[in-house]
Amino acid sequence: MIFGRSERGKPPVEPVTLKILVAGGFGVGKTTLVGAVSEIKPLRTEEYLTEAGRPVDDTTGVEAKHTTTVAMDFGRITLREDLVLYLFGTPGQERFWFMWDELSEGALGAVVLADTRRLEDCFAAVDYFERRSIPFLIAVNCFEGAARYPEEDVRGALDLDDGIPVVLCDARDRRSVRDVLVGVVQHAMDFGAERRQAITT
Amino acid sequence: MSTDGQGSSHWFDDEAGPVVRPYAMTRGRTSSAVQHRLDLIALVVAEPHAEEADTDPSLSPEHVDIVDLCREAPQSVAELAAELNLPIGVVRVLVGDLVDAEFVHVNRPVPPAELPDESILRDVINGLRAL
Repeated sequence: MIFGRSERGKPPVEPVTLKILVAGGFGVGKTTLVGAVSEIKPLRTEEYLTEAGRPVDDTTGVEAKHTTTVAMDFGRITLREDLVLYLFGTPGQERFWFMWDELSEGALGAVVLADTRRLEDCFAAVDYFERRSIPFLIAVNCFEGAARYPEEDVRGALDLDDGIPVVLCDARDRRSVRDVLVGVVQHAMDFGAERRQAITT
Repeated sequence: MSTDGQGSSHWFDDEAGPVVRPYAMTRGRTSSAVQHRLDLIALVVAEPHAEEADTDPSLSPEHVDIVDLCREAPQSVAELAAELNLPIGVVRVLVGDLVDAEFVHVNRPVPPAELPDESILRDVINGLRAL
């Protein structure tokens, strides 16, 4: 492991940093989710959707959403003095996917946030994380006014492997989001254990 | 949500273009001599003698801003970029300069190919549950 030159002139604490990605379609609540648990105001670059964006972004079902995240936004959770977790919202539109490779490098895992009114919006994210073997789970954001579907229906519609957890959440609620994150890390642990076993046997 | 006290004060704007072209601050350089591209969550840590940066004539005001922030507490590359309103690429170059000048060092996160240790993951879960 490469750890800088920490033995020299040791400053007080140099925490271990980890990151979890938050992906999902446009307007699904990624920024809200990050904001619900972050100890800092999510740092973001968000802009009004311009004419140029309109042919690409279909806002059916999310008409109230006026802005879209065009860069990345992130939040921070200091778990311990020496352990810091960063959450990165991935750019919502496919034309910003060039940023994903960079964001996903070294990520602990990912949350794919889904809206049952527009489940197809998260196909791309599911594909992305599957192909790169990044552990992820599906968190269904329970929007008011959206019909609730049983977990099995969501799983079927997304054609998910059995091992991939599907949870319901409220992206505005700190406790709910916390549980989602615990789920991701738990899944990453199981995923890692499986992978280690696959290598040693 | 979009007007969280930021909007109007931003000096960059897609249509107007930035007031100062970002890479002017790096004198046109888009990469630095630091061997690795710095991860967004790589931590930049001030060296003990970092206060000398304030009076170093070879550094730009942005270099000094970075050092000053890092002297308060170690900062991730992403935080520096957001705090100083600079593109990530610019921050990478400037941090590279500061590493060369030995005002800061960089603590890299767990290498991408390795999964973090299981005990760390357990610590993360416990930390989250305690929130």
